[in-house]
Amino acid sequence: MGLLSKKDAKLISDPLADNNPITIQVLGICSALAITAQLKPSIVMAISVIFVMGVGNVVISLMRNVIPSKIRIIVQLIVVATLVIIVDQVLKAFAYTLSKELSVFIGLIITNCIIMGRFEAFALGNGPWRSFLDGIGNALGYGVILIIVGFFRELLGSGTLFGFKVLGDSVEKTGLYALGYENNGFMVLPPMALIVVGLIIWVQRSRNKALIED
Amino acid sequence: MGLKQNLHNFKVKNQDKKWIPAFNALFTFLYTPNETTHGGTHIKAADDLKRTMNTVIIALIPCLIFGIFNAGYQHYLALGEIEASNGFLGSTFWTLDNLIIGAWTVLPLVAVSYGVGLAVEFVFAVIKGHEVEEGYLVTGMLVPLIVPIDIPLWMLSVAVIFGVVIGKEVFGGTGMNILNPALTIRAFLFFAYPTWMSGDKVWVHGAVERAGTPDAISGETLLGAYAQNTELAGIGYWDMFWGLIPGSVGETSKFLIIIGALFLIFTKIGSWRIMLSTVIGALVMGLIFEYGVVGTGLIDESSKFYGLMSVPFWQHLIIGSILFGAVYMATDPVTASQTNKGKWIYGFLIGFISIMIRVFNPAYPEGVFLAILLMNVFAPTIDHYVVQGNVKRRLKRLKVKAA
Repeated sequence: MGLLSKKDAKLISDPLADNNPITIQVLGICSALAITAQLKPSIVMAISVIFVMGVGNVVISLMRNVIPSKIRIIVQLIVVATLVIIVDQVLKAFAYTLSKELSVFIGLIITNCIIMGRFEAFALGNGPWRSFLDGIGNALGYGVILIIVGFFRELLGSGTLFGFKVLGDSVEKTGLYALGYENNGFMVLPPMALIVVGLIIWVQRSRNKALIED
Repeated sequence: MGLKQNLHNFKVKNQDKKWIPAFNALFTFLYTPNETTHGGTHIKAADDLKRTMNTVIIALIPCLIFGIFNAGYQHYLALGEIEASNGFLGSTFWTLDNLIIGAWTVLPLVAVSYGVGLAVEFVFAVIKGHEVEEGYLVTGMLVPLIVPIDIPLWMLSVAVIFGVVIGKEVFGGTGMNILNPALTIRAFLFFAYPTWMSGDKVWVHGAVERAGTPDAISGETLLGAYAQNTELAGIGYWDMFWGLIPGSVGETSKFLIIIGALFLIFTKIGSWRIMLSTVIGALVMGLIFEYGVVGTGLIDESSKFYGLMSVPFWQHLIIGSILFGAVYMATDPVTASQTNKGKWIYGFLIGFISIMIRVFNPAYPEGVFLAILLMNVFAPTIDHYVVQGNVKRRLKRLKVKAA
C-alpha cells in the first residue's frame, strides 16, 4: 500500500468485512429494509451515504476542537442535515423519478444511526484525513450490503436487474417464465429484506467464527 | 443376531464419520437401537418424541385420505361429469375415479413435502453433527394438507426449504422454533405466490389450466364467495360439515377433523384447552359480528363486509379452516403456550383474531394461519405473565401469613 499506511487502510477495509455497520453492528437497518426492493435505488442510496459520511466526517473532525461538548449532537445534526439537503436537491434536479422513488428515505439519512455513530465514535477524536477514510469505509460497508440485498430482491422479486428483464418477460412468458417460473412476491416486501440481511449475517459469521458472540 | 446386529456393528464402526447422523436416522426409524441410557436418570416412558409425532400422523391420515377423494370429487363435479354426492357416504364420492385423480395430484405434494423437508433436515444434521430430529414428520404431513391442490411442485419445494431453514433450523432445530414450521411454509407461499394461494381457480384440480378456455370451470371456495357478497349454489351446511366443498387439500372435512381431535385428546397428545378455547374465541367473534354489528343495523347489504359478517356465528366453524388450525396447528406443543391458563388465553385469541382477519380483510380470505403465527410469537409473553402472576399471588399469601 503506497498511498495509505497499513493503519489507514484498515479504516477502509474493516467496515467492509469484520466490522460491517449493518451485519455486525446492526445499525442503519431501516433504510436497508425500505429501499432495497430494486437495485438502482440501493446504489443511489449507497452513493448518497458515501458522500454524506465522507464530507460530514471531515467537517466534524475539523470542528472537533471548537464544538462545545454539551451541544455537539445539535451541531452534528446540522452538518448532516445540510449535506442531506444538498443530496436531496441534486437528486431532484438531475434524477427526479429516482428521487420520487426514494421519497422520504433520502431525508431520513439524517437519522441513519451509522452516521451519528461515526461522528461520535470517530470524527470527534481523529484528524480530518483519518476521519475521511473512516467515513468512506463505513459508508462503503453499508453500501455493499445494500447492493447485495437489492440485487437478490430485484432479481428474485421482479425478475429484473436495473429494470432489464434478465429472466425473460413475465407477462409474455418467455425465458425462464416459459418453464413455469414465477416471481417471488415475498421478495418485494420489506420483511424479506430483513431475512436476506439475516442470511448475509449467517454466512459471514459461519465463515469467521470469531464474530459469533455468546 | 442377523440384520439388526450387523447394522449396529456398522454404526459402531463408522461412528466418527460425518454422515453417521443420516444413517442413524434411518436405523432408529426402523429399529430400536441397542443403546441404553448413559447417565443417572431413568424415566421409563413410551411416549418419546417419535411416538408423539406418529400419533399426530395417525390422526391426520383420515384427513389425507378424504382429501385425496375430495380432490377427484371436486374435479369431476366441476366438470359436470358426476352428480353432487348425497352426504358423507354418497355414491359419487368414494369412487375409484375420484381416488385415481386425487392420488395423482395429492401424493406428489406429500412426496415433495417429505423429500425436500427431510433432505434439509439431513443436511443440517450432517453439518452440525447431531442426530436427525423427528420434528419434520408431522410438518411434512401437514404441509400437503394446507395447500391448494394445483400448487406447482417447485413452489412447494422452495417454500419447504424456506420454512424448514428460516422457520426452524436457524433457531436451533426441533423444539427451539418460535413459529410453527408448517404455517411458516404456508405463509411463505401465500406472500410469495399469491396467485397460486388464493382466488377462484386453484382450489379445484384443472381449473387453472382451463381458465380462459370454453371449458373453464370455477374453483371458488366458500370464503371467497362470501367475501364477494355472493353465495355458492347448491352447498348446504351438511356438505360443509362432511367436507364436500373446495378448499385446501385436507382441511375441508370438519367431521374427520373432529374425530382426529377426539383421538388427540384421548391420547393426551393435543391440548383440549387450546382446541376448546380457539373454538370459543371464534364463536365470540362470530357473535359480535352477527348480533353486535349486523343485528344492530350498523352495516347493511351495501357494505363490502356484509357477506362474511352476516354469516350465522356457528357457521364460521364449518367454513374455512378454523377447526383444522385449532386441532392440528394451534396445539403444536413447541410453539403454543405452556401454562394451562396461558393456553386458554392463547387459544381464545387465535379464534378471535382468525375470524376478525377473515371478515375484515378480503385480501386474506382465510385468517387462521396468520392468527396462529401471530399468537405463536406472543405465546412466550403470555406464559411469562401467567407465571409472574402466580408468583405474585403466592408472595402475597406469604406476606399475609407472616403478618
